[in-house]
Amino acid sequence: MKRKGVNYAKYGYIFCIPFVLAFLVFSLYPTIYTAIIGFTDLKGLGKTDFQFLDNPFGNFELILNNPSFQKSLSNTFIIWILNFIPQILLALILTAWFTNNRRKIKGQGVFKVMFYMPNIITAATIAILFNSFFGYPMGPVNSLLQSLGIIDEPSNFLVQGWTAKGIVAFIQFWMWYGYTMIVLISGVLGMNPELFEASDIDGANGFQTFFFVTLPNLRTILIYTLITSLIGGLQMFDIPRLFLLGGPDNATLTTSVFIYNQAFSGSYMYNRASAASLLMFFIIAVLSGFVFYIMRDKHAAKLEKEIRIQQREFKKALKENKKMGRDV
Amino acid sequence: MDKTNSLPRRAYKFMIYIVCGFLVLLSIAPFWIMFINATRNTFEIQQSAIAFFPSDSLFDNLKILVGKSFNPIKGFTNSMIISGGVTICTVYFSSLTAYALVVYNWRFRQPFFTFIMVIMMIPAQVTSIGFYQFMYSIHMTNNFLPLILPAIAAPTTVFFMRQYLLATLSIDIVNSARIDGAGEFHIFNRIILPIMKPAIATQAIFAFVGSWNNLFMPLILLTDSDKYTMPIMVSLLRGDIYKTEFGTIYLGLSLTVLPLFIVYFMLSKYIIAGVALGGVKE
Repeated sequence: MKRKGVNYAKYGYIFCIPFVLAFLVFSLYPTIYTAIIGFTDLKGLGKTDFQFLDNPFGNFELILNNPSFQKSLSNTFIIWILNFIPQILLALILTAWFTNNRRKIKGQGVFKVMFYMPNIITAATIAILFNSFFGYPMGPVNSLLQSLGIIDEPSNFLVQGWTAKGIVAFIQFWMWYGYTMIVLISGVLGMNPELFEASDIDGANGFQTFFFVTLPNLRTILIYTLITSLIGGLQMFDIPRLFLLGGPDNATLTTSVFIYNQAFSGSYMYNRASAASLLMFFIIAVLSGFVFYIMRDKHAAKLEKEIRIQQREFKKALKENKKMGRDV
Repeated sequence: MDKTNSLPRRAYKFMIYIVCGFLVLLSIAPFWIMFINATRNTFEIQQSAIAFFPSDSLFDNLKILVGKSFNPIKGFTNSMIISGGVTICTVYFSSLTAYALVVYNWRFRQPFFTFIMVIMMIPAQVTSIGFYQFMYSIHMTNNFLPLILPAIAAPTTVFFMRQYLLATLSIDIVNSARIDGAGEFHIFNRIILPIMKPAIATQAIFAFVGSWNNLFMPLILLTDSDKYTMPIMVSLLRGDIYKTEFGTIYLGLSLTVLPLFIVYFMLSKYIIAGVALGGVKE
């Protein structure tokens, strides 16, 4: 932009002030504060003064050796994997169906709206709703299974650790597959249509097109979905907290619920909760660094592609010119 | 493609509709059971937990519900104030920041954008202890401001708004307004904001719903029951006070879902489009 006597650049700074201020006060400062508390003896309700520990990494050692924390970490990953694998598979299948040009599926708009719906409902509500569904001895799930003849007697699903984990994973799956599907479909729609035309002309069937054209081109979006889902999964709080309060026997205790319990219920161990938060912060930072790297990579790849297309056009033009020259 | 209408093909297509129909059922059924059971009493629910038709205990359930600590009107009002504030802060200041990133040529423009990309993924949850201690020491717990003001810095929304402005804004509009003698703030408020309406609408929906559904931050900051938000009210239904009042629990849950359903089915077109746009971050 040209400067015509007036220097507008200063407005760039002025307009960013609210964002920067809010970030410094509500995000950066609490982050540093959390990090500092992780090295102190701050605990107890209503206390704000603290002293640094003689052994600076004392809280981290305690947390890393805490069986509940170890369990919460492994629970978080197990629940995430149990939810993500079926979620991405179903989303991919639906994407393949909905983007197939030859097999026009009617009512896609309605399907999208219905599949995405659970995602906007308050997670707290859904957790308690599912808790009621698995009621024992009388609850909708027990009634349903009994009337279908799958089980003879009501079963108390919520006292079995793996069943409870499975249900939490199912709820996450149910809430998120619609979102993942819409993201993947928009990824496919954003691809160059020539790719699909070419595979059509080459006589590829639906499966071949999907596996050899669509999937390889979706790679970046798939990795992006994977990592953002993992970052989201590491913060799973509402569902495990309200569905079974982390139980039975810590089977659905996730890291976020662990941090919450350490800091805000019972013992008010702010220092240990901070140490655990900091560990999570580092895991998430590494993962987001990875996303950032991929997205940069994507831009670079896009640029390369554009250059290649330009070169091709250029060569074509040269050829045309030669042909014309011969004709003349 | 002469095989298009062959029998296996049609059978396959039929199967697709069956699967999709099943998934639709899976989305609806839990809420259907919830709404129906909200009208039934404990005895009926214990007899059979699934029914297709409503019963007549809606008002009895409501009486029990509001007779205890669950106050849907207060929860609704508090959530409205917080989510409304968050939405306004998010869309206004994100638009302003995005505008600064697109229109003005300042020295730290590119580094600042990179910085926004970097902080985009940092979740508020992992810094919650420091945030809580900070708010506690300045006596801001049980206040809505710590839940609203952080929304001024919403990196994801800034990112989205920037992409939108890059695609739609022509600098000539800004320049001609300058020639007419309009100030920079005036240009932003009167000319740029109306241009950004479609992007603002999408982002406003997500900011509102995200804030409305948030449990973690309100739960640690608000301890006074007069300040409870809707999700905190919901979490009360998990407690002992409603233990055997099944119909009442379903009714409480229904009351929290109903406004979201209304919003969702009115705006679903924009929401789905917004998800599709936000997913492919380019």
